[in-house]
Amino acid sequence: MANHYYNAEDLGKFGSIGEYQKEMADKFFSYYGEVFKDGALTAKEKSLIALAVSHAVQCPYCIDAYSSDAYEKGFSEAQMMEAVHVASAIKGGAVLVHGVQMMNKVKEISM
Amino acid sequence: MKSLKVLQHHLADANNQLAVLENQSEHQHASFIGKLLGLNLFPLQASGVDIFQINVGKMCNQVCKHCHVDAGPDRKEIMTRETMQLCLPILANSNIKIVDLTGGAPELNPDFRWFVEEIKKLGKHIIVRCNLTIILANKRFYDLPEFFHKHQIEVVSSLPSFTQDRTDRQRGDGVFEDSIKALQMLNNVGYGHDGSGLILNLVYNPAGAFLPPSQQALEKEYKTELAKKFNIVFNNLFAITNMPISRYLDYLLQTGNYDKYMEKLVSAFNPSAIKNVMCRNTISVSWDGFLYDCDFNQMLDLKVAPQTSQHLSNFDLSLLNNRNIVLKQHCYGCTAGAGSSCGGEVAS
Repeated sequence: MANHYYNAEDLGKFGSIGEYQKEMADKFFSYYGEVFKDGALTAKEKSLIALAVSHAVQCPYCIDAYSSDAYEKGFSEAQMMEAVHVASAIKGGAVLVHGVQMMNKVKEISM
Repeated sequence: MKSLKVLQHHLADANNQLAVLENQSEHQHASFIGKLLGLNLFPLQASGVDIFQINVGKMCNQVCKHCHVDAGPDRKEIMTRETMQLCLPILANSNIKIVDLTGGAPELNPDFRWFVEEIKKLGKHIIVRCNLTIILANKRFYDLPEFFHKHQIEVVSSLPSFTQDRTDRQRGDGVFEDSIKALQMLNNVGYGHDGSGLILNLVYNPAGAFLPPSQQALEKEYKTELAKKFNIVFNNLFAITNMPISRYLDYLLQTGNYDKYMEKLVSAFNPSAIKNVMCRNTISVSWDGFLYDCDFNQMLDLKVAPQTSQHLSNFDLSLLNNRNIVLKQHCYGCTAGAGSSCGGEVAS
């Protein structure tokens, strides 16, 4: 058992999840490949979305993969950081909008 | 910035570069020859000689960080007219269709225009790998677009990005601005316009330790952005993989990216790229007349295999036509992903 939860080398072993459940893994990777192809959105646009989502879900593997992918596809550092800010704003907004729920509750029980 | 050679850097010596590339104890990467053996593709044979790529000198007005030639203003190796004269009967007496002139900046060779005119008399198609900024480097070069036009030369030019930031980071401050001006000058004489017959192709290569993205997607984006921002048109974009040679090798080692980059190349090995790699139908000639399978082998001083035909002075087409290609670990650079050549991707 490793004495840490994340290992950068594990990203390269992602495909091995099929070892325990091949059919589902094959379906997932096939779907994954399809999602990131050029479609109504370009593969480049999808890469930047993936970068922002990677930060929102705080997945170090995904951040590694899509920082490289987005830069390789030609996004600048400023564009990539703005995408991270979009993720941050949504996550921050998601916290703050619950403040309304807090206010509702407090108003309900206060004199 | 000075060349590795002038800095007396240990990687200026091809043997030291090969020692890094072939060092299987410190840098363990699957053998390229082993890969080909597994596919019954070794030895890899030439399919003929269709392209004669001539490096007319290592002198360049730019000092790009990724340059596999280690070219720059401080490089003095220049092909003489006598060596050029050795090329002409070879071209005249063969079916070689294309002459690809490269450098350095080939236009800096004092006999460049003479050489172009002599090759043109032989009815060959000429490609010039023009770095664009040379056109604006000195007033004696301002008329290069007209000269290219007059001789119906195909122009291939590097532009690693349609943004200033990435271009200048790789090729030096001010290169983007001058490149844009030069492209506009080429457009003004007809280059890149549909139906003009004047071909202007651009070359993308990554400004960092990564592989090129899809050539097709990139070309579309370049065409849109260059037209919108600068009213520039061109024919095709070639996406070329950086080779772990010379200055780019130094960059990879200095930044700790060498093994990761090699692993990327090895992981992206694409067997379908092999049949179209450029060494199979090209002969690369150095400034001093020696013969190589490609420009990369030239920089690693790996001469063609037939020992009795390693120089223009003993050129033997029958031996070179089906020679075994000299292969080393850097060859992964031409077989990664969609493959890479001086004409961009080689596999779908």
